[in-house]
Amino acid sequence: MTINQISVFVENKFGRLNEILSFLSKENIRIVAATVADTTEYGILRLITTNQHKAFQLLKAQGISANLSDVLAIKTDPSAGKLSETVEIFTKAGISIEYMYCFSDKSNGVVIIRPNNMDAAHEVIRRNSLNCLVESELSEL
Amino acid sequence: MDGTYYQPEIETMSRKDLEALQLERLKWTVAQALKSPFYKKRFGEKGITADSIQSLDDLRKLPFTTKQDLRENYPFGLLAVDKKELVRLHSSSGTTGNPTVICHTKRDIECWANRVARCFYMVGLRDTDVIQNSSGYGMFTGGLGIQAGIEWLGALSIPAAAGNSLRQIKCIMDYGTTAIHAIPSYALRLADVFEAQGIDPRKDTNLRVFIIGAEPHTEETRRKIEERFGVKAYNNFGMTEMSGPGVALECKEQNGMHIWEDSYIVEIVDPETLEPLPDGEVGELVLTTLDREGMPLLRYRTRDLTRILTGKCPCGRTHRRLDRMKGRSDDMFIVKGVNIFPMQIEKILMKFSELGSNYLITIQPVDNNDELIVEVELGDVKTDDFSQLQALAKEITRQLKDEILVTPKVKLVERGSLPQSEGKAVRVKDLRKLI
Repeated sequence: MTINQISVFVENKFGRLNEILSFLSKENIRIVAATVADTTEYGILRLITTNQHKAFQLLKAQGISANLSDVLAIKTDPSAGKLSETVEIFTKAGISIEYMYCFSDKSNGVVIIRPNNMDAAHEVIRRNSLNCLVESELSEL
Repeated sequence: MDGTYYQPEIETMSRKDLEALQLERLKWTVAQALKSPFYKKRFGEKGITADSIQSLDDLRKLPFTTKQDLRENYPFGLLAVDKKELVRLHSSSGTTGNPTVICHTKRDIECWANRVARCFYMVGLRDTDVIQNSSGYGMFTGGLGIQAGIEWLGALSIPAAAGNSLRQIKCIMDYGTTAIHAIPSYALRLADVFEAQGIDPRKDTNLRVFIIGAEPHTEETRRKIEERFGVKAYNNFGMTEMSGPGVALECKEQNGMHIWEDSYIVEIVDPETLEPLPDGEVGELVLTTLDREGMPLLRYRTRDLTRILTGKCPCGRTHRRLDRMKGRSDDMFIVKGVNIFPMQIEKILMKFSELGSNYLITIQPVDNNDELIVEVELGDVKTDDFSQLQALAKEITRQLKDEILVTPKVKLVERGSLPQSEGKAVRVKDLRKLI
């Protein structure tokens, strides 16, 4: 039900994000979703690619501080109010969202969510029949 | 109490008489040192006795004493008197090993207090003054050492100790403080607090003198202190091994610190060859105590780099002047008056499995304050979790503070992002502009 997300520790240094991304680009890694969260001193680049394990191994081999973690990728239809509806389901179940990012085009919407309690989140997903993507589906996006 | 000199017969003694006095006291010091297990062994091996000293040049026959010797013989191996003669023990922060301990007899404390009083008198302080000591008390010599000197002089002492700026200001205002002993960075912080309180120390206080020292600082910092408080600020030099503050202080000329040569023999040596250097040349300061009975130290390598200023001082004192300290011949650095060795920081960082092994210490002057920045590369760590990363940085900060007594700013950086140096890694970057 969950997918792997890569988190990369990125120093606040001019050009560093570009370096990491261009490295992945040379290795022909397709990035489906990405977000950067920052503090004053460093940032965390979160990545969803079509081949998470390969991308992760490549980054590690470069000596880059990266980790894999589980997130939910919930597929919705892209109409107005859908994001709100999805988040509300978790809120009503008493689950906090640590972070979230999403993307959509005319036909698809995907919400990436890191809940504070993954087991409880799974339960909520089952009960509400939410559509969670698995990794093999990422390349179809 | 008037006149220019506290002890004119000593302060203006001819060089010839001063050197005769030094020779006499050196012979006594060697004899005294031979009563300690450490020197008995060290001198015994070389066949050195008090009779080996026939002229001041004979000092060079004596081996050097180092901080390492003090640590290895911690705490009482260099004691030259029975323990019951001791009245006080001081220590300076230890590195990875033992702290440096110096023990004093009643007479040692008196000689020291007299030197501090002589220093204060030299910059115009008298028994009518109110002198506030804003140094840390406790084992640090800047507290009790200055305290004893103020009392020896007969001035009113305000043992305010370090920190709590609002209370410091209240003391200054309520008790009519005329002089302050403080580390320079703290003096400037105090000026900021005065300003924030809407009090102008130039008009609203009786302050006229600052004695500053215990941390490296620039001439600009001194001038800033003088300007903001409307005072004269004088550089002070001391170190625990040489008892503490009062080894040397600037006179009103503010051009070099007179080192009391009736209490110390000064040598400047090349830190590599250990050969003596002539006056005017920069080298490592080596000091020999001349009036300490509890723990005499002979040819102690201070690791401080400086030079002796040539020429006579217009103030009339014959005791030579040391230039501002120019750095260290080892890797120790001083921040906020505290001696810090990179090894202390490394020892803590290496305890964290989440960290890599490469780190960089930067000392950066920020708003009149020296900021200690510790950058360390990450090792295997959960990078998805800000709160974990922040908790990690916080825990490193806490443990470093416990070790070095100064709160550093800890920055986690990417692996491979710090300069990798071949051979001896450059671990410390001191951005303070020290003359």
